[in-house]
Amino acid sequence: MIIATAVEIADRRAGRLGDKYYAGRARSVMNRNFTAFKSSTWLVVLSGFIEPVLYLFAFGFGLGQFIGDVEVSNNVISYAVFIAPGLLATSAMNGAIYDSTWNVFFKMHESRLYQGMLATSLGPLDVALGEIAWALLRGLIYAIGFVAIVAPLGLIPSWWGILAIPASVLIAFGFAAIGMAITSYISSFQQMGAINLALLPMFLFSGAFYPIEVFPESAQILIKALPLHHGVSLIRGLTLGEIDISLLGHAGYFVIMIALGLFFTTKRLTALFMR
Amino acid sequence: MSITTEPKVVKPYGALYVAEYRIRNMMRFKALIVMVSIGNPFLYLLSIGVGVGALIDSNNLIDGVPYLTFLAPALLANAAIAGGMDETVFPTLHGFKWGKIFFGINSTPITGSQIAIGVFLAAMARVVFLVTIYWIVLYLFGALETSYSWLAIPTAIFAGACFAAMMLALAAKMENDNLFFTFISRFVIMPLFLFSGTFFPLSAMPIYLQWIGWISPLWHATELGRFLTYGREISNQMLFLHVAFLSVILIVGLFFAVRYYTRRLAK
Amino acid sequence: MTTNLIQAHGLTKRYGDFVAVAGIDFHVAKGESFGLLGPNGAGKSSTMRIIAATSQRTGGDIKILDKDPNLHGPQIRAHLGVVPQQDNLDTELTVEQNLFVYGRYFGLSSSFIKNKIEELLDFAQLVEKRDVKVDALSGGMKRRLTIARALISEPDILMLDEPTTGLDPQARHILWDRLFRLKEQGVTLVITTHYMDEAEQLCDRLVVMDKGKIMAEDSPAGLIKTYSTKEVLEVRFGSERNAEMSEKLKQHCERIEVLPDRILMYADDAEKVLEEIIKQGIHPITSLVRRSSLEDVFLRLTGRSLIE
Repeated sequence: MIIATAVEIADRRAGRLGDKYYAGRARSVMNRNFTAFKSSTWLVVLSGFIEPVLYLFAFGFGLGQFIGDVEVSNNVISYAVFIAPGLLATSAMNGAIYDSTWNVFFKMHESRLYQGMLATSLGPLDVALGEIAWALLRGLIYAIGFVAIVAPLGLIPSWWGILAIPASVLIAFGFAAIGMAITSYISSFQQMGAINLALLPMFLFSGAFYPIEVFPESAQILIKALPLHHGVSLIRGLTLGEIDISLLGHAGYFVIMIALGLFFTTKRLTALFMR
Repeated sequence: MSITTEPKVVKPYGALYVAEYRIRNMMRFKALIVMVSIGNPFLYLLSIGVGVGALIDSNNLIDGVPYLTFLAPALLANAAIAGGMDETVFPTLHGFKWGKIFFGINSTPITGSQIAIGVFLAAMARVVFLVTIYWIVLYLFGALETSYSWLAIPTAIFAGACFAAMMLALAAKMENDNLFFTFISRFVIMPLFLFSGTFFPLSAMPIYLQWIGWISPLWHATELGRFLTYGREISNQMLFLHVAFLSVILIVGLFFAVRYYTRRLAK
Repeated sequence: MTTNLIQAHGLTKRYGDFVAVAGIDFHVAKGESFGLLGPNGAGKSSTMRIIAATSQRTGGDIKILDKDPNLHGPQIRAHLGVVPQQDNLDTELTVEQNLFVYGRYFGLSSSFIKNKIEELLDFAQLVEKRDVKVDALSGGMKRRLTIARALISEPDILMLDEPTTGLDPQARHILWDRLFRLKEQGVTLVITTHYMDEAEQLCDRLVVMDKGKIMAEDSPAGLIKTYSTKEVLEVRFGSERNAEMSEKLKQHCERIEVLPDRILMYADDAEKVLEEIIKQGIHPITSLVRRSSLEDVFLRLTGRSLIE
């Protein structure tokens, strides 16, 4: 067998569409992340899905005793059943945002990992896709972990709830794509802090912890414009088995987010990775 | 011209010089700090206090008071804790590892224990600031019932001081693993935050989980806060116990903070 | 195909209003060791990044292996091994993992990489450190690992940006020895440095850069011959008297440079100059006779010191 050299491998893609951005090796970036993951304290990394579970126990079962049942559309459900999907959507958002903002920012400006990758025959799109794919894989494992814990507790009444797993990956994809696009415009840690600031109201007001109907109509319109509200509604619809056309609308919101995010990320790739 | 630096002069004020440097550093982010200090209580009270509070049946007052009133002292103490941790963990990691600033400071007559105390004092300055603002927001939301509710400010600061001292020690002790802090925040800080009688009374948990509250400075400070802001009934013995517990944590924390700082600088 | 691996005409790089590289021409031939010498901010690193196809030029023309780096980044980078100024090793990984993962970025097969790793660990004298995490390595070891990493794809051109900055003298000599070996094997080297001794040791040919422009181009010996005298006499009179003394010394040498701490007198026989001034009754606090170096060339070309 003849072993291909780096030059031969790179030349094979020459002339293809986008060959200056993409070398077709996003998996080598994932391979790097997997190697790093193996040599880290991977149990700690994997335990990420514990956080929403803790929230669920505290609010669902602890505070839930003082709340009793909650009425959603025509269903009367326990408070724990109400917040479980909210917490799943929220943790999908948090993980994706962390990976696509702090993590990318750090690898770009502090450890200069991306400079190393881009000194090779990889293109910027390989790096972006590899990083997003890795974040989504992690999100998928967290979602499976969460569902595996809450389903046996009877908090996912419908079999449609299985679809909450891919739905939370969709949500994570939307936030990761937007997050990476935003990171391309950011140059300092203070600006990074502002991202967290913007996420807090979304976390608190998107209907994860209570129905947004407690707020006046005008505030509700504002909340309904926010992505996390659509994430919560999508997953809640699935876990409760309330399947209707509105779920497609919620999912569509994220499809648009992904498209927009990827468009800007690609457009800003040179700024992101080759400044 | 000659400038003499008298070690005798530096000695009593060393910690203050370090605190001054830390506070100057914070001032660079003052806009952000002020915004977060005001925004946080506002958002939390509106969301959890009003939003979740609306779900709680009005006959079903928690601890005999509206949910917002019940929650207020816990959020106050928690804000102090979060602020105290922020201003100790990162400066310590930065000072020892990322920027190695402490080694520079230590090459002057300032000692390791003065650096530790200085960082602690600066963190406390931030905590005092944010707790005061938090209290004002609580007041505006009508979440405080007694005329002496301002006394909950010092008890919240007390809790912040306990956590700041413990984190100072831990961060100085940890030399390598950044994941350690992920671990700590996931398996220690977060459970303490959620299960210390913060969002619902400790008694609503099974007895075999209530120990989480007993070992948590947040619970002890929150109990004191509830006593002060809405007159929750607590026996004198328990009041004494809460204060004693917090005092012990604070003293032990500071003791180890000073010790680990000095050791690490001597390495 | 031309024998020039790199060919640049009027190469320019602007960042907003700031001109980092102001229209330079140069070429690098196959198998040669080419240096960019200049102080910090001369435009060396910007030039390097354009060659490495990780920064887009804003003007002029450059071809690397007959390809335009603005259009064929990945294809060009497959030919290059890059050693950046600041180490960007993967600190989460061990020495061996760093090499393996990096080889994978090029798409190389794992059997190829594994064989290559053995060879490179040996070359970089890191065999015993293979399972150690990068953070635990010394500065010199990190540099050698970065060079080994750059060699994993068997590049045609090895690019080294300030390869020994920040290393102690012993580590520098080990590194130079390794680079010599590569040169002997026919690897083309492109090196930036602000150390004249390094440029003299490693480069066959070099350009002197300042403020984004090329001031001169030749072999190290050629540059010294053209722009300096054979020898230099360094004399000191104490910071306050240097300026005043220079008036009296001028006539005794071909050229004179007054620096804040010393005076440099250029002549082909510096020993003789020293005798002459002592005869005149001028007694410097200290005096030193030495051969001209690239430092003197730089001073002549720019009126400034190389290391400021």
